[in-house]
Amino acid sequence: MTTLLRVETLTKRFGGFTALSDVNLNVAKGERLGLIGPNGSGKTTLINCISGVVQIDQGAIAFENKDISTLAAYKRAKKGIARTFQIPRPFHSMSVIENLMVPLEYIVHGLVDVSNRNAVHAEASELLHRMRLSDRTNAPAGQLSQVELRKLELARAVAARPRLLVCDEAMAGLATKEVHEILDILMELNASGITIIMVEHILQAVMRFSQRIVCLTAGRIISDGAPADVMANPEVRRAYLGS
Amino acid sequence: MRNNSTSFWAFALALPILGFVLPKVGLNEYYFYVAYVVLQYVVLATAWNILGGYAGYVNFGTGAFFGLGAYTALVAMKAFGAPLFVQIAAAAIVGALLGIGAGLLTLRLKGIFFSIATIAAAIVIETFILNWRFVGGASGMQVIRPEVPLGFETYTRLLFFVMTILTVLAIIVARYIEKSWVGRGLHALRDAESAAECSGVPTLRLKLLACAISGALMAAAGAPFPLYTSFIEPHSTFSLNYSVMALSMAVVGGMSRWWGPVLGAILIASTQQLAASASPELHLLVVGLLMVLFVIVAPDGLVGLVQWARKMVGPGRKEVELARGSERA
Repeated sequence: MTTLLRVETLTKRFGGFTALSDVNLNVAKGERLGLIGPNGSGKTTLINCISGVVQIDQGAIAFENKDISTLAAYKRAKKGIARTFQIPRPFHSMSVIENLMVPLEYIVHGLVDVSNRNAVHAEASELLHRMRLSDRTNAPAGQLSQVELRKLELARAVAARPRLLVCDEAMAGLATKEVHEILDILMELNASGITIIMVEHILQAVMRFSQRIVCLTAGRIISDGAPADVMANPEVRRAYLGS
Repeated sequence: MRNNSTSFWAFALALPILGFVLPKVGLNEYYFYVAYVVLQYVVLATAWNILGGYAGYVNFGTGAFFGLGAYTALVAMKAFGAPLFVQIAAAAIVGALLGIGAGLLTLRLKGIFFSIATIAAAIVIETFILNWRFVGGASGMQVIRPEVPLGFETYTRLLFFVMTILTVLAIIVARYIEKSWVGRGLHALRDAESAAECSGVPTLRLKLLACAISGALMAAAGAPFPLYTSFIEPHSTFSLNYSVMALSMAVVGGMSRWWGPVLGAILIASTQQLAASASPELHLLVVGLLMVLFVIVAPDGLVGLVQWARKMVGPGRKEVELARGSERA
């Protein structure tokens, strides 16, 4: 299997606190990877390092066999890494469709090609349809419900036409039916060829979604393997499940 | 949409024509004296809004850019005998460079820290000018005006015409930014900077661009100032008042659209001029009261009021009422 993302001996410190220590992780092309761990274990920090929101202190990150360790977040987005945020961060002064226009203009279609405007708009509309959000196309993003915000985050990330999508608790705060709806969307995206790393606390969702699970604790990977094996690992149960 | 665009370009063409014709039809000099100040504030408020309104970075250094523009023009005039349009171009270039420099130093700061850094930049530049004898230092300098060009009777009338051109330029730039990918990027980074960056927006570059354009326009607005007053000194030229006024005008007018600061500047600067003719101290009270009134009653400024009024009387109202009716039924 081709490796899409390779994280090698990654270390990230915030002052005297080591958030990630010597983390090694490979993600194969087309894979669905679940990333779990208790609060404060470094999951979001790892996502921030991969997406370029924070810079790493040691180690290296390679995407499609090219070193991206020092690239700014917008350059990584252009290379094909998209992400969602744990607390949704919509562009609240814009409408739903305008939110999607940002990555479409800045990453996919180029900036000054005015003739492309209709094509950009059509692509954004199509994406909203795929995300079951067409009925909110022109609604202000600041007026969306929690599940709609989660879908908007996903739609905006997918608008960048990523090859790797990193979802940071995309189902947090949702009802069971909504969780399944988001999971279905993620499965469809994966089926269309997008590799997905999913950080999640809802274990049923992680189990249903993941082909492989990685468990982080105190900034270190303590288990990496098939979902059933990771869940059966006593160290994982002790650290994550408290039993 | 096309109608709006046609009206805009008709206005953009008409304003400088009026600026050229009106001073030659014998109106009282005072009107041009006042109109110059109002237009100068339209440029300043519009320029401020590019960084403060679109990108959400509140700049308190308007006085620094304005003053630097004025002193650049003075140096260009005194050292090289440069004509007015060269002075304005030089001021705009220096203003843009200052914008980029200040941006590189301060744009990694956010919120109140950025605002404080811009005040510091203004103080540093003012201190430099205070100690530069070539431009008169702390005691200032009398400006000897050359002969008035283009057949205008007085400098006040000429500079009114010049300011109409600068106003139109500032508005065209602000409107383009608002409607283009630049504006969308600036709005995105204002709403959620890290999300914008992860959506492909080069946030630092865009902020630097906004700083440079905003700085260039502010400095250009300051360039005719030495000829307008015929005397220049650092204390009033670098005054914090310019920053407060530009910000107030954008807030009162509304920061989400290009025409917000324009309306705000016209409202506040005109009221201020009227009040100042009654009492020099009264105008500050008027500005303060207007700010308080708008923050409480219309936090989105005149833009918000106009949009609300449009909704009330426009075709959308009927649909809203119908929808409400069907919900009740």
